Amino acid sequence: MNKEGIIEKVSGPLVVATGMEGAEIYEVVRVGEERLSGEIIEMRGGTASIQVYEETAGIGPGEPVQRTGNQLSVVLGPGLLGSIYDGIQRPLNAIYKEAGDFITRGIEVPALDEEKKWDFTSKVKKGDKVVSGDILGEVKETKSLTHKIMLPPYIKEGEVVLVKEGKSTIKDTVIKIKTKEGEKELKMTQVWPIRGPRPTKAKLLPKEPLITGQRVIDTFFPVAKGGAASIPGPFGSGKTVVQHQLAKWSDADVIIFIGCGERGNEMTDVLKEFPELEDPKTGNSLMERTVLIANTSNMPVAAREASVYTGITIGEYFRDMGYKVALMADSTSRWAEALREMSARLEEMPGEEGYPAYLGSRIAAFYERAGYVKCLSGEEREGSLTVIGAVSPPGGDLSEPVTQNTLRTTKVFWSLEDDLANARHFPAISWLNSYSLYTDDLSSYLDKELGEEFRKNRAEAMRILSKEAGLEEIVRLVGFEALSGKDKLVMETAKVIREDFLMQNAFDPSDTYSSLEKQANILKAIIDFYQNAERALDEGEDTEKVLDSPEKKKIAQLKYQ
Amino acid sequence: MGSLVLIEGVKKLKYEELVRVKLPKGEERMGRVLEASKGKALVQMFEETRGMELEEAEATFLGETMKMEVSIDMLGRIFDGSAQPLDDFPKPVSEKRVDINGNPMNPYSREYPDDFVQTGISAIDGLNTLVRGQKLPIFSGAGLPHSQIATQIARQAKMKGDFSVVFGAMGITFEESRFFINQLRETGALDRSILFINTADDPVIERVTLPRLALTAAEYLAFDKGRDVLVILTDMTNYCEALREISAARKEVPGRRGYPGYLYTDLASIYERAGMIKDKPGSVTQIPILTMPEDDKTHPIPDLTGYITEGQIMVSRNLHQSGIFPPIDVLPSLSRLRDKGIGEGKTREDHGGLANQLFASYARGQEIRELAVVLGESALSSTDQNFLKFADAFEKEFLTQGREENREVTETLDKGWEILKILPREELKRVKEKEIEKYLDEKKD
Repeated sequence: MNKEGIIEKVSGPLVVATGMEGAEIYEVVRVGEERLSGEIIEMRGGTASIQVYEETAGIGPGEPVQRTGNQLSVVLGPGLLGSIYDGIQRPLNAIYKEAGDFITRGIEVPALDEEKKWDFTSKVKKGDKVVSGDILGEVKETKSLTHKIMLPPYIKEGEVVLVKEGKSTIKDTVIKIKTKEGEKELKMTQVWPIRGPRPTKAKLLPKEPLITGQRVIDTFFPVAKGGAASIPGPFGSGKTVVQHQLAKWSDADVIIFIGCGERGNEMTDVLKEFPELEDPKTGNSLMERTVLIANTSNMPVAAREASVYTGITIGEYFRDMGYKVALMADSTSRWAEALREMSARLEEMPGEEGYPAYLGSRIAAFYERAGYVKCLSGEEREGSLTVIGAVSPPGGDLSEPVTQNTLRTTKVFWSLEDDLANARHFPAISWLNSYSLYTDDLSSYLDKELGEEFRKNRAEAMRILSKEAGLEEIVRLVGFEALSGKDKLVMETAKVIREDFLMQNAFDPSDTYSSLEKQANILKAIIDFYQNAERALDEGEDTEKVLDSPEKKKIAQLKYQ
Repeated sequence: MGSLVLIEGVKKLKYEELVRVKLPKGEERMGRVLEASKGKALVQMFEETRGMELEEAEATFLGETMKMEVSIDMLGRIFDGSAQPLDDFPKPVSEKRVDINGNPMNPYSREYPDDFVQTGISAIDGLNTLVRGQKLPIFSGAGLPHSQIATQIARQAKMKGDFSVVFGAMGITFEESRFFINQLRETGALDRSILFINTADDPVIERVTLPRLALTAAEYLAFDKGRDVLVILTDMTNYCEALREISAARKEVPGRRGYPGYLYTDLASIYERAGMIKDKPGSVTQIPILTMPEDDKTHPIPDLTGYITEGQIMVSRNLHQSGIFPPIDVLPSLSRLRDKGIGEGKTREDHGGLANQLFASYARGQEIRELAVVLGESALSSTDQNFLKFADAFEKEFLTQGREENREVTETLDKGWEILKILPREELKRVKEKEIEKYLDEKKD
C-alpha cells in the first residue's frame, strides 16, 4: 500500500494524482506541500481524482499527496453546540485565531475544544452489559441540553469494566469496556464518516408537527417532526428569512443550520442575533441549542458539497440521543451546483442542464436521512430529524432539475412567490400552490391539542382563499362593485385572512412567533366574523354596513397581542 | 479568441501561476496557467495572440500567482486592466504586493452591516436603503441612465469616515469612460477615487482580472487604511460575457445559456468581497451595475447576481420613457439590509413603517392603474381613485429629483408623508397611529 502519491494534474478544485494504489474512495488526503485537505472521489487503477477543499492556486504537478487512511468524518462529542464550522467541520473561531480575518490555506484545527473540562456523570456501572447506542453517561453541555455519551455504533456489545466520573476533557478515557476483541478505552467522542447515515433500530411514521410559530406553516402547511420540507423561491422572495425564522422558533431540541454557498453577512447575522435571542421553550439563549455550518459562496466549492453531509451527520448524532432535531439547509441548489462543477471537471457525461445524472439519487439519499426513528440502543428511545431545504431555482423556474428532484422526495412544499414578495406580503408563501402531505398524519395530534373546530376553520379559510382567486378574475373584468353581497364578503374575508393571518412580521417582537393556540384563536375570530356576516346578509342587512364591521379592526390587532 | 496556448516541456509548474512568453522578435506577453499537467501547461494569454509565432516562442514560469502593487498614492489615478497607469503620470511607488484573488473573509470576523449611507436619492434612501458594507447592484437595461445614477451616488454618498471611490469599468465604450472620469473630475471627487478602466477594444481577458484589481485596491484602502470605500463595477454583463468566451475556448461543458457552470461561484468571489470586519474602521460597499439582456430579470447574469447580492435597484424602462429621473422601479427593488440600517438613532423612528406604507400603497396604486385601463377611470370607487392619484404623486414628487439634487433623508421622509395625505387615513395600516399624529396631522395645518 502506498502512503504517498504524486500530483499529475491540477484543474481548479480537482487534482489528479498517480501512485495511489490501494487508496479508497472518499478517503481524506493532504494535497501538495501546503497540505490542503482533499477527498478522493474517483479511483482508476492507481490514479485518484481528488476534490480539494481549499483554493488550489500555486499547487503543481510533482508535489506529493499524502494519504490518511480515513474517510471524511466528523468528530462527535460535547462542544458541538454553539459552534460555527466551515464545510469540513473546522471551527471558524479557531481559524480566526490562527489566521486572522481572512481564511488562508492549509489550516488544521481540532473540531472540538480539547482543553475544556466537562463534568461527566455515568449512567452505567462496573459489570453492566451494554450494546451499541446505549447511553453510558451524560454531560451538561449547555443550559439547554444534556449531552448523552453513547456507545458508538461500531462497537457491538461489551461489559463495563471501569467508570471514571468527574471532570474530563474529550481526550480523556471515561469508560473502559471488555468486548470480544479485547478491552476498549472510550472517550466522550466518537468519529463518524459523513457520507453514510448513522444506523437506527427502525424508522417510524411521523405523528407530531414541528411547531414553528409561523402561522401560514403551522396552520396550513405543517411539517412533521421527522419529515422533510422544501422551500423553493426566486431571489428576494424571503427564503433566508423563513429559514432563519424556523431556526429561531421551531420547537426542536437541537437546530443545525447549514449556510451552503450563501452570503457571508447572513451567517454573521445569525452569529450576532442567535446568542441574544431567547428560546421560547427554555428561556435560554438560542445559540445554546444551535450548531452552525457556514460555507459562504466565496469559500471553496468542494467544501460546499461536503457541508450538507457534515451538518446532517451531526444532526443524526443528536437524534440518536433521543432528541428532536431540525436541520435547515440554505441552499441545496448551491450544493447541487458544487456537484455539477466537480462532475464537469471529472468530464462525466452531463444530464439535464449540465447536472450529473446521479443528481436525483443524491438528493433523495440526503432527504431520506430525515426521519422519526427508534434509536439504536438496548433501551426504548425515540428521536427525530426534520430536514428543511431551501432551493434557489434559476429565474424562479420550478421546472429545473434541482427543484423537481427535491419535490419528488419531500412531502412539504412551501412555494415562495415573487408577486407576494413585491407586494411585501411576507412570508411570501403562496397559499394556493403550497402543499403539505402531513396534514392527515397530524390530525389526531391537532384535534387533541386544539379541538376539532380548528381543522374545520382551517378548511373554511382555505375555501375562502381559493374562492377569492376565482373571484379576482371576475373583478378584473367587471369591477368589485358588480359582485353580489356574498361574493364581496368572500373577497373581504380573504383580505382579512391574508393581511391579519397569513402575513407575519418577522421583525416585530410580538408577531414574530405565534403559538399554536394563538393561531387557532385568530383563525376562529376570522371565521366567526365571516359566518356572522354571512348570516347578517341572509337576514337582509346592508352589505356596506356588514363589511365595515368593527370586528375587523379587532381582528387586525390580534396578532400583536 | 485564440488566447489559449499549450506549452510543452515544462519542468516545474504551478496552477494559476503567471507565465511570461518571449517572442522571437523580442516582444513579451503575459499569461496565466489554467490547467497544470505533468510537463504540459494550458496557458491563457492576457493579450492578443495574433502575430505570435509560437514555434519559436520561449516561456518562463514565474512561480507566483497574479499579484498587484498597492499604495495610498493610487488615489486620484487611472489604471488599465493590468494595473498600468492610463494617465500620463508614472507608476505609484508600491507599498505592498497582494494577491488579487484575495482570501475569503471569515464569517466569524465579519461585522454585520447596519450603518445608514445617505445617497441623497429618495428612491434609495427612503425605500431601498443602502447600508455601509452592503453589495447592492443596479439592474438596468441598454440605453437606461444607470451610469448617471451610479455617479450621482458616488458624488453624494455620505458615510461615517474617510470616503473613497474605487471605480472598475469593464468593456465599456470610450465615451462612457469619459463620462465617468469627467463626472468625478468636475465635482472634485476624482482626488479620492481610483479608476480601473478596460474599454471595449481592450483585451477581453483583462475584463476578468479588472474587478479583482479594483477590489484588491478597495480592500487595501478599507482594511489597511481604514477608509469607507464605495466600489462601482460596470458593466458586470461584459464581465460575464468575457468569462463565457474564455470558458468556450476551453471547451468546458456549458451551463445555462452557454455560461460556465461555475458562474455563480465566480460572481460570488467578486461580490462577497464587500463587507466590514469586526473592530476595524473601514468598509467595502459595492454597487455593481449590470444591463439585463432584453430587460430580462431571469437571465443567468441578473439571476445569479440577485442570489448573491443583498438586494437590487431596478431601473425601469417604462419610468424612463415617461420622463422620470431617476427611473427606479421601487417595487421589484429591494435592500435586504434596510431594516437594520434605519429607524431611531440611524435615520428616524418612522422610517420603517413609512417605507412599508409607501410600498404597499404604490403597489395598490399600480394594480388600480391596470384596472383603470380595462374599466375606465370613472368606474373606480373614490378610494381607488385616490390610490391612482397617489401613484402619480409618488412618481412625480417622491421619485423624481434633479441630477444634482442631494436630498437629506429627513426631507425624503417628509416628502413621503406629504403624498400620503392623498389617501384616506383608514387606509394607512402599516404606520403607527403615533407617527400619523406626529408627521401627518401636524403638517396638515
